Amino acid sequence: MRTVHVEEITRNIKEMCIEANHFLSPDMKEAMENAVTTEKSPLGCQILGQLKENMQIAGEDMIPICQDTGMAVIFMEIGQDIHFEGGLLSEAVNEGVRQGYVEGFLRKSVVKDPLIRENTKDNTPAVIHYEIVAGDKVKITVAPKGFGSENMSRVFMLKPADGIDGVKNAVLTAVKDAGPNACPPMVVGVGIGGTFEKCAILAKKALTRKVGSHSDIPYVKEMEEELLKKINGLGIGPGGLGGTTTALAVNINTYPTHIAGLPVAINICCHVNRHVIREI
Amino acid sequence: MDRYIQTPLTKEVTKDLKAGDYVYISGTIYTARDAAHKRMQEALDRGESLPIEMKDNIIYYMGPSPAREGRPIGSAGPTTASRMDKYAPRLLDLGLKGMIGKGKRSQAVLDAIVRNGAVYFAAVGGAGALLSKAITASEVVAYDDLGTEAIRKLTVENFPVIVVCDAEGNNLYETAILEYAEK
Repeated sequence: MRTVHVEEITRNIKEMCIEANHFLSPDMKEAMENAVTTEKSPLGCQILGQLKENMQIAGEDMIPICQDTGMAVIFMEIGQDIHFEGGLLSEAVNEGVRQGYVEGFLRKSVVKDPLIRENTKDNTPAVIHYEIVAGDKVKITVAPKGFGSENMSRVFMLKPADGIDGVKNAVLTAVKDAGPNACPPMVVGVGIGGTFEKCAILAKKALTRKVGSHSDIPYVKEMEEELLKKINGLGIGPGGLGGTTTALAVNINTYPTHIAGLPVAINICCHVNRHVIREI
Repeated sequence: MDRYIQTPLTKEVTKDLKAGDYVYISGTIYTARDAAHKRMQEALDRGESLPIEMKDNIIYYMGPSPAREGRPIGSAGPTTASRMDKYAPRLLDLGLKGMIGKGKRSQAVLDAIVRNGAVYFAAVGGAGALLSKAITASEVVAYDDLGTEAIRKLTVENFPVIVVCDAEGNNLYETAILEYAEK
């Protein structure tokens, strides 16, 4: 049994919120740089160039990459041989978000009630997903999610008879409908299987997988490659102003499901696909 | 075509702006997003005047991140314009000439743009750090309690935008996609 003080969780989450909003992961940077070399539209190239410059300014001057510094989505994979001391874990996580957003000059975009809509002024609460895993480590993923792209995300409860073509159509429909609203070039996270809520979490988690990596399941990998090609053939392009770079990656996660169902979730993320991962 | 314009945005200026033009705006623009639009609508419903003048002005759909010390503003990129579609036609009919945002607009907004000789510009979504460099001053002028959603008066210098919907009814989001879509 290993003991972890919750203050360590707070400190890490604070740093991770600030880091995620100013620096993109190397795989995202590489994908953006590759896109400039393949984009066919001159205006598209100009926009990709601006996005590259934007990332540089963000890191050098410590100005958030995007003003929508998101709602903090946090995945906590907790080894079952850990004991936490010093307070409630969820409170420690939210305290980290509070400190990160207030001290890091990040935008407070969370309202206390979805209809009364009063700002909580510290960007809490976070959306926290806990998973108990083997071992005595905690893997924390902080993924601030902007709502321009979140609003364009979809869940489809397909029929088993719709099959793989139904899934592909669902993904293409979501991306087409999202168009310029989701700040392309986007990353498309897809969850297939499970239940109504499980497929949505699978899709969200798929966004944190490295751009350019693929599923271990051969048919899923093929589908990721085929969908990326088809999405980039839609013509939406950078900023939605036409071009051949509409998505940088399609990441698909699957899970067993019920004999009667084929749930599919498409979680779209803009090019500011933020996530910082730490293991403590 | 690259164009450099100065506010106020009059009909004389908008009539020459065409979908696809790359425009650099200098002068004064105002920010307003969801909550500020709702309040302006409620003010108009009660027969009150608006906190800012609409005639020949530009509204930027944007809520910035907080400014660090010594800077006029934090990250300052556009938000999705369609959430303001419910309110925009009424403001356009009151003389608003330009809107800066990102993403598609409703038919009612497109009609109001043509009816009033206005224009809808897109700024590059997710380029908030870069765009903040074109803002030289920022001052809250109304609804301070709304925080990031307050109405701000911004002084901009060569603020880069692209004309998406022009006064003649052209829509770059529709036409540009066709050019690059695989048949």
